[in-house]
Amino acid sequence: MSDQFVFAMEVTLNGLMAGVLYALVALGFVLIYKASGIFNFAQGVMALFAAMTLVGIMNGQVPFSHLINATFGTDLHDFGWHLPALLAILLTVGVMVLLAWGVQRFVFSHLVGQEPIILFMATIGLAYFLEGLADLMWGSEIKTLNVCLFGESGCLPQGINETIDAVTYEWFGYGFFIDNLDITATIVAAVLVAALIAFSQYTKQGRALRAVADDHQAALSVGISLNFIWILVWSLAGFVALVAGIMWGAKSGVQFSLSLIALKALPVLMLGGFTSIPGAIVGGLIIGVGEKLFEFAIGAPFLGGATENWFAYVLALVFLVFRPQGLFGEKIIERV
Amino acid sequence: MKLKLTSLALGAALAAGPALADLTFPDLSYRTGPYAAGGIPFSDGYNDYFTLLNERDGGIGGVKVKVTECETGYNTEKGVECYEATKGDSPMVYQPLSTGITYQLIPKATADGIPMHTMGYGRTSAKNGDVFSNVFNYPANYWDGASGVVNYLLEINDGNINGKKLALLYHNSAYGKEPIRTLEELSKKHGFELVLLPVDHPGQEQKSQWLQIRREKPDYVTMWGWGVMNQVAIQEAANIRYPMENFIGIWWSGAEHDVLPAGAAADGYKAVTFHNVGRDFPVFDDIQTYVIDAGKAAGAGDQVGNVLYNRGMYAAMLAAEAAKTAQEIHGTQDITPEMMRDGMEALEITEEKMAALGMPNFGPSFKVTCGNHGGDGMVGVNQWDAETQTWSLISDFKPTDSEVIGALIAEDSAAFAAENNIESRCK
Amino acid sequence: MFYREAGDFHTTYTSDSQTFPIKFDRYRYYVILVIAFLVVPFIINDYWANAILLPFLIYAIAAIGLNILTGYCGQVSLGTGGFMAVGAYACYKLMTAFPDVSMFIHVILAGAITAVVGVLFGLPSLRIKGFYLAVATLAAQFFLLWLFNKVPWFYNYSASGQINAPEREVFGILITGASAPAWATYLFCLIFCFASAIVARNLTRGTVGRKWMAIRDMDIAAEIIGVNPLRAKLSAFAVSSFFVGISGALFFSIYLGAVEVGEAFSIQKSFLVLFMVIVGGLGSIFGSFAGAAFLVLLPVALKVLGVDMLGWPTDIVAHFQLVIVGALIIFFLIVEPHGLAQLWRLAKEKLRLWPFPH
Repeated sequence: MSDQFVFAMEVTLNGLMAGVLYALVALGFVLIYKASGIFNFAQGVMALFAAMTLVGIMNGQVPFSHLINATFGTDLHDFGWHLPALLAILLTVGVMVLLAWGVQRFVFSHLVGQEPIILFMATIGLAYFLEGLADLMWGSEIKTLNVCLFGESGCLPQGINETIDAVTYEWFGYGFFIDNLDITATIVAAVLVAALIAFSQYTKQGRALRAVADDHQAALSVGISLNFIWILVWSLAGFVALVAGIMWGAKSGVQFSLSLIALKALPVLMLGGFTSIPGAIVGGLIIGVGEKLFEFAIGAPFLGGATENWFAYVLALVFLVFRPQGLFGEKIIERV
Repeated sequence: MKLKLTSLALGAALAAGPALADLTFPDLSYRTGPYAAGGIPFSDGYNDYFTLLNERDGGIGGVKVKVTECETGYNTEKGVECYEATKGDSPMVYQPLSTGITYQLIPKATADGIPMHTMGYGRTSAKNGDVFSNVFNYPANYWDGASGVVNYLLEINDGNINGKKLALLYHNSAYGKEPIRTLEELSKKHGFELVLLPVDHPGQEQKSQWLQIRREKPDYVTMWGWGVMNQVAIQEAANIRYPMENFIGIWWSGAEHDVLPAGAAADGYKAVTFHNVGRDFPVFDDIQTYVIDAGKAAGAGDQVGNVLYNRGMYAAMLAAEAAKTAQEIHGTQDITPEMMRDGMEALEITEEKMAALGMPNFGPSFKVTCGNHGGDGMVGVNQWDAETQTWSLISDFKPTDSEVIGALIAEDSAAFAAENNIESRCK
Repeated sequence: MFYREAGDFHTTYTSDSQTFPIKFDRYRYYVILVIAFLVVPFIINDYWANAILLPFLIYAIAAIGLNILTGYCGQVSLGTGGFMAVGAYACYKLMTAFPDVSMFIHVILAGAITAVVGVLFGLPSLRIKGFYLAVATLAAQFFLLWLFNKVPWFYNYSASGQINAPEREVFGILITGASAPAWATYLFCLIFCFASAIVARNLTRGTVGRKWMAIRDMDIAAEIIGVNPLRAKLSAFAVSSFFVGISGALFFSIYLGAVEVGEAFSIQKSFLVLFMVIVGGLGSIFGSFAGAAFLVLLPVALKVLGVDMLGWPTDIVAHFQLVIVGALIIFFLIVEPHGLAQLWRLAKEKLRLWPFPH
């Protein structure tokens, strides 16, 4: 087996892992789009907001401390406690549910029945608002995210996986690099998707959710509260955003750029279709492998590198030309 | 930041404009946006040093200093707005703090007769003062940085890096591409192999690059990164277990916030620098007494001694010294931007001067001349200790390869001069 | 009372179908033109030109361009930043290759080159629709930026990788570079902005515009009644990119004078122009101006209010800016979902009836 082939295998594996991380972000978009037809531009900012809130709660930071100090001349910084990650995650989920309620109550309940472009625009406003709010609440420094579920143990692992390294070395004479964090992310994503599917298949709320996704009017007429469903969907999206924020934030620290991960999810959405959860996963995997392999085989050796950003979009574009609704999107039936 | 917003508002309304004699130093800061983590400490240091001068010495040469802060968010268009908004009240010197804003302001500030100081960033060939009359980039520039990295490698390899492999991991933008020419020249001269690895903005996803590093096993990796790219690169280097002591960043990739997210794994990471680090300098005691404890700090007061805080303070010190020089040359306390420019061109920083300011060996000694606006390009190396969470200078400020850099600067500045019909002005 | 049609009779088709059939509108329009062309140039200073009016005019051109594509033809595009970059680099290459040719010609040629590139990237629109197309145009955005960054020919092999606008004159008056007087740069941009608005307005109410709108409202129906979707969509891409290219050329040569492609024409720019169009009002030329004004002027106004007048710390003001802009977008949507242009239309409607609303 030639070296190039072995390297390509390693790149492919890593591409799959990266794809899972993209899919995590894309999931949040799909959830909201499916249930309410809203293309939620604020999903990336929600990930940032969730991650900042989590770190803030964990470190016992006083929210709005900078503003309070500037206004009242006080010198507040933190409460002086350090919460366990599990509790902080629960509290953050609470904040995200509250946010979902607020979004529904103050924004979208006033925009029922509007065209998609207008709902999209509302999410633009929401993105601006949340970005400013997150910075006001928690400050714009980079925060180190260190999630340990059980005190000192159960931390998010990072770094090369020794087992895979050793096993592949045995097989190919070259140890593969797989990041432990990526493996964790894959497991978390699998659990998340399984939970979401189970939730939508086997619970009353989940069935209501699917009913709403199928047909708003019909769902309303059988007595499903749209209001409740939408709060539920935004909460779920908020939770997915938190998970994505943790996974990406563990690598880079929690900072403004987290909100840009949405850009990585867009080609995934295009490819997988805006309405399909399996689509988001498969799309993510295809994009991840595609861009990494292209960079490996063509980008870096012949084009001077850094081709991943545009290649992901071009790849998605090529797929779309053949399937305009994405791989798993609902077939577009047009009538006059 | 302990002043009340309301009282500030009242005060601003009552004061009705600054006293005329104040020396105005605009501070184009970026405390928000994607690079805020770097902008906050720099701006804090810049402000605090001037506050110290006001509180301790009554300003510069008896004239109070006023710092007008303007938020750019690292955005060129906002930078233009800031420049236009502040250029009216006779600003002493601009520190644009962003490559984009710098290129933007070079012709504008030159036309308006206002000096600019781009310390360790901006247009490298501005070192040639013959062409760039109003732009200063002492004490060091990017090409010095690149040469400094190579010099350090020579130093630890007993002067021979023939056949070694150096990978440059860079932000795929004008900034990141700065060192390529210098490194290419140096690789010819010293016989090392150069591998180029661009990372697209913003740089959250660098798996491809680090897999390539893992496959090609370069002996050293150097990085021209900015923003989130720094933290991710250091984390990925740790992930593939690349030896940290062989990983050397430029000075914009070597602050506390770049290494802290990776935790203990970042131990041993290095970065080149043109100023000293840590808070073991007498000047910090004064800052503590006169500024922080007096409640006059620009920020939360928790950044003192950080790499970028020190850089901001160093920039303020150089500006203040240039203003003093200008006051001496022109024999007046009330200097104009043009006089300030002359002061910057005649600036001389010596070891004694720095020691007298409470900053012994804080930066290299250098002398600015009409033809040389960039100092002598002395570059040192810092190393990060994750245990104590401190940077320390492990290689003192040493001269860089002026032969190679000088030729490149002459070439680029000649092109600029030809494009803009600039006459030679130095004798 | 003041604003009414009574007594305003049209006796010819030309007068009936003019842009502003109501006399009051027409006069107001003339007054604005007179102020913009004859008053402002005499009182303008550097701050007003460089910080407020130039960006406003240039973004307005870009917004008009995008509005043609998105508002009139219904094709959502997120490639605006990339197309602006094409305009800027085309202008730079032309400026440096032919220093003696007038800047007017360079800017128009830059627009034409962008139009060609726009058509090329508009081809997928024949197959892909809605948000899928929006994301597909991002391919153009990222690819173009990568290209301009990668190929040194585009920036004339300069060591810095940036492009700088050399000094150029129009009728003997400097309009690019640092020493260009504020009034000259302002007038230069104003002429382009004015011309773009006139051309766009007349295109959109003629045959071409009606075809675009037919495609926007339902492309299959439009096809059935005989609108050629290929021609309609591609012509919309061409015209839209032409304007966007002009705005990119002006953005680089007149307003900034030096740009780095990744920073000046990033994806944020695409979003910003799209936001202007949506906030201002889709399918309205006035909306393009209103949206550009909202997103250019409001942050500056908030900054002046917060920092210069109230003396608050700059970072808090910057954060509040985001919160307020976001909240205002949502507020306007709830009050009037079709953008500022629709608010304006409603206000006019009310004025016509005032003081007898029934």
